[in-house]
This record gives sequence, C-alpha cells and structure tokens, in this order.
Amino acid sequence: MNEFYPLVYTFHFYLFGLVALAAAIVFVTRKSPVAAALWLVVVMTSLAALYVMLDAEFVAVIQVLVYAGAIMVVFLFIVMLLNLGTLSELGEIRGKWGRIAAALVGLALVAELAALSRAAYSLRVTVPARSGPEAIAETGGVIGSIAAPMFRDYLLAFELTSVLLLVAIIGSVVLARKRSEHDAG
Amino acid sequence: MTFDLALPSGLLGAVAPELILIVGAMALTLLAAWRPETDAHQRSVGKAALWLLALTAAAVVMYAARGASAAAPGIIAVDGFRWAADLVFLAAAAATIALGIESNPKDRFVTAESHVLVLLSAVGMMILAAARDLMIVFLGIETMSIAVYVLAAMDRRSVRAAEGALKYFLLGAFASAFLLYGIALVYGATGSTNLAVIGETIARFGLTGHTMISIGIAMLLVGFGFKVAAVPFHMWAPDVYEAAPAPITAFMAVAVKAGAFAALLRVWIESLSMMDAAWLAPVWWVAVATMVVGNLIALSQRNVKRLLAYSSIVHAGYLLVAVAAGTSLGTSAFLFYIVAYTLANFGAFAVVAALGEPGTTGPAIPDFEGLWSTRPWLAVGFGVCMLALLGLPVFGGAGFFAKWYVLQAAVTSPHGLVLLAVILVLTSVVSAGYYLDLVRAMFMRPRPEGARNPAVPPYTRVVLVTSVALLLAIGLFPGALATWARKNAAVTPSAARSPFAQGR
Repeated sequence: MNEFYPLVYTFHFYLFGLVALAAAIVFVTRKSPVAAALWLVVVMTSLAALYVMLDAEFVAVIQVLVYAGAIMVVFLFIVMLLNLGTLSELGEIRGKWGRIAAALVGLALVAELAALSRAAYSLRVTVPARSGPEAIAETGGVIGSIAAPMFRDYLLAFELTSVLLLVAIIGSVVLARKRSEHDAG
Repeated sequence: MTFDLALPSGLLGAVAPELILIVGAMALTLLAAWRPETDAHQRSVGKAALWLLALTAAAVVMYAARGASAAAPGIIAVDGFRWAADLVFLAAAAATIALGIESNPKDRFVTAESHVLVLLSAVGMMILAAARDLMIVFLGIETMSIAVYVLAAMDRRSVRAAEGALKYFLLGAFASAFLLYGIALVYGATGSTNLAVIGETIARFGLTGHTMISIGIAMLLVGFGFKVAAVPFHMWAPDVYEAAPAPITAFMAVAVKAGAFAALLRVWIESLSMMDAAWLAPVWWVAVATMVVGNLIALSQRNVKRLLAYSSIVHAGYLLVAVAAGTSLGTSAFLFYIVAYTLANFGAFAVVAALGEPGTTGPAIPDFEGLWSTRPWLAVGFGVCMLALLGLPVFGGAGFFAKWYVLQAAVTSPHGLVLLAVILVLTSVVSAGYYLDLVRAMFMRPRPEGARNPAVPPYTRVVLVTSVALLLAIGLFPGALATWARKNAAVTPSAARSPFAQGR
C-alpha cells in the first residue's frame, strides 16, 4: 500500500460514483426502452465497482451476475417480446403535470434525506468498531458474513422468499398460458 | 407446546400449519397441470383444495387447543391471535374455492390453477398473521397480493378484468414501495426490523418524537392503507372488485383486507404503541375519511358488486377505529368483527354469484327486485347479510355485536375516541340508505318481467346457508365468540413487555 493509495481510492470513488449518476440520468431520459436498459447495465456495473472498493467482492460479483446479467437479459427479452423497442410515443405518457409531480416528489425525497443525514441522530445500527479486510475476515469473510444472517437469523424469511417467487412463477405461467389458449380458440 | 424459535427444529414446528398448506398447494399445482383443462378436472382439484384447507385448519385448531407458544419473542409469533386470524383466512379461502368451483360456466375464469392461487394467497395471509418482523410482514403481503393480482386477471377475455388487474397490480406495487420505504426508515432509526426490538428501542431510548420513525410510520400507513383500501388510497378497489369474478371479489374484499389488518394491528400494537402521538391523528383522519367518503359514494351505486366494494371500503374504516383504539379490547373487537364481516360478505357474494349472468360485471339492483316472490330463501339470506353489514340488532345477527365491540373499544380507549365512535354510528345510519334499499328492492317491489331466476348450485347453497346460520346463531349467542376473541386478543403492547420475557 503506497502513499498515493487514499488519493487513488478517492479518485476511483468519484469516478464510478459520477459514472453511475450520469448513466442513471441518461437511463431515465431515454425514449427507447432498449437504450434505457443498456444504460442501466452501466449503472449496475459502476455500482459493482463501488462494492469492490468497499471490500465486498462477493456482493459485486452477484451484482454483475444477477442485476447486470440475468435481470437485464430478462428485461430485454420482455421488451422484445412485447415489441416495445419501436414505440416512439412511449415518452408522451409523461405529460407536463406528471413531470412536475415527479420533480416535486424527488425534491421532497432529497430534502428529507438531507435533513435526516444532517440532523445528529443517534443511530441504533451497530456499526462495527473496525472495518477493512481484517475485520471482515474475522466475521467469517465476505460470504460468511452474508450467509450467517441469511441462513441462521433470517432462515424463515429466506425460505418464504422462495415461496413468494414460486407464487409469481405460477401466476405468470397461468396468465401466459391462458392468453395463448384464447388466441388459438 | 413451546417452540424455541432460535433452533431450526423449533422454527419448523412453529410454522407447521403454513408448511402443510404450502406443500399441499405445491402438490395440487402438479395435479392441476397433470391433466388437460376441463371442468371436471377443475372440480376435482377444487375439492382436493377444500380437503387441504380442512387439514390445515385442523392443525391450526390443534395448535390453538394445546396453547402453543414461543420460548422467546422471535421472528414469528406463536400466539392465539395468529391461530384465530388463521382460522378466518382458511374459512374465507374455503368459501372462495367452494363458490369458484361452481362459477365456471358463468365467469369463465376458474381453472384448476385458480384454486391453487387462492391457497397460496392464504399462505401469505397466514404469514401476515404470524409476522413479528417487518421483513416477514413484507414477504407475507407480497405472497398474498401477487396471487390475488393474478386471480383478478384470470378472465383474459374480459377487457375490464385486464384493466382492473393492471390497476391493482400497478397501485399494489406502488403501495409495496411505500411499505418498504417505511420499513427502511424504521430500521434506520431503531436498527432492527423485529417488532419487539423496535418497541423496546423506542421505549428505552425515548424515541417517541423521532422524525425518522414518524415518517416511517406515515409510509407504513400509506402502504397498509392501499392494501386495505382505505380512503384516500381506495381508488383501485371499485374497478377491481367490479371486474373480478364474484368469488374472487369476495376473497379480495374479505380475506386480503383481514390479512393486511392483522399485520397492521400487530405492527401498531406490538412495536408502535409508544408512538401513538405520531400515528393517532393520521389513523383518525383516514378512518373518518374512509367511513364518510365510502358511505356517500356507495349511496349512488347501481351495480351490486361495486356497491359491495364501497361497502368493504367503509368496513375498512370501521376496522381502523379498532386499530386507533390501540388496546387489547380493540384487538378482540377486530377478531369478532372479521368473523362477522367474513360471514356476511360471503353470504352476500354467494347470492351475487348465483344471480350473475355470463358476460356481465355482475347483477345490478334491478336484478334483485322482487326476489322474495320467486326465490324467497335467497332473498332472506341476502337480506340477513345486508342487515348484518348494516349492524342491525337481532335480524342482522353478529353484525350488530361486531360494531358494538368496536364502539366499546373506541369509547374505553385511552386515546379518547368518543368523537370517532359518534362518527361511526352516524355513518352507519347513512349506510342504511343502500343496504336497506337492496332489502326493500327484494321484498317490496314486483319481480320484473323476464327476470332470470337461476337455480342455486349446491356448494353455493352450502356457503350461503352456513354464513347466514352462523350470523344468526352468533347474533343470538354472542358470548362464546366474544370470549374466544377476548382470549386470543393478547397481542401485548410493547410498553408492557420486557424483551426477555418468557412466552407470553
């Protein structure tokens, strides 16, 4: 670890942070769903880089695999299946009042977060006294510190999530099959 | 039976009734996909689903009878409130499936899978009644809601159903986002999602005036408000209820609402009872708005399903009064109320399902005119259900006592809710305008020429007769149910509990 490490670290933090922010703004302003989805991949990947900088390599890998990979592929599939890629009038559903309302809600959110972070709240979250790779290794490594709560404290929640996903799968299959049957008949 | 929730085996034992229902529903999913889609197949799966519900109910009754409890407050509750609410959900699911089995030629929506979805939605409700952690609350709400979104969209040939389901889905997703944000803020302020720990943290560190928790509570209220269709978050309900098939409408109006309320009550009483300064005024105003607006709009409805939709909005307002009371009396009033409300609604929807015609959104008030002269028992049954929803003594059966206990909880509440009780009574008087209008149409008008008098199929008849008989029986002997509700109401307020108390 050389003397420039903090500087390099800060530089990369701002680099990836700004890339993520800029890509997110571009993402919500695109009219074509495909272009928007691709910009979202950029956001996800920048966030993954930030996770790596926080010594959470496992989370970063999962972020790339699941969010930037699997979920975006499904997203693009749906866009293609529904043939949304060619619709240019999609942008028109956001009228003037919709934009103003969205801007107001967004501003309220920013103001709220700013107020909350400025106020001297005594947070009850147990922040570890030490951080860094050594502290993470002590609590069972990056994977261990995720696995322990997931499969011990929140085992029930974890299992219930699978039930929730099962319901969603059954539901979507039921709806999709009904339609094709209707088209045939 | 005492379960140690820290051990996997204890956890397994504590969720055994839910597991029976989940595993059974999975087996029925396979069974449903096994054969081609015919009405006979749909019937056999529906009957199997009824047996599965009976089995689950037997397990719940066994747990309740043995006084199952948890060794220490954990991620889920093992208490009488949970078992009592579970029984109501299971009965509602059974009535939905029984009505659904026979509504097929009419509503063209019932496939074998729709019974499975009702079962899975009931699983979500049972999770909600047990949840003692905001994370579990969220998972329960989503499991319950996603199954119901699909059920609302089952009739793919109806544009209205598709529109209603899409509205329901989008607004439901919106509500879930509010709920999640509220959970995140409460977690941020207290460092836990566990209801007991949240209550304990608020009490120990004196966080009652804490801005972050207050905003979190407001967000939670918005999220729950959407799920129970309280004004001003009710916009989706009439369209969705009108477009969905009658059995599913009954399920949404009764079971989904009761499930969301069970979780709301537990969250409010177990972890936020110290925060009443933050939530009392919002809950008070939402309850008043719900009772007043719901009743006034219901007066002008002609479609009976839509009318019952507004009626269910109104009843959400009455239940919010029990929530605002914030005492164990409020919880027992809630249990009594959902029993009476479930019976009255399923009785009413059984008649609506029987009178519905293919290709329409359900019967309108003219379809009920003169029903007394052609189908007297149907008219009497529907009349009793209407009077029960109105809360009339004797003829309305349990409905009167349900309102009575809510009023009692409001008047004796330390929050001073006398004005709210007065508004409840006044709005109930307004509701006579539409409930009695239906009764008058049935008994005092001639049957119009060419009105259909469909035969009532057997399962529908069983649902109607059981509902009405129970309503009247409870109306004559309310003591047993009231004792049961009081015994199972012990959702301990957080202030009164030490975090290390053993059991309850």
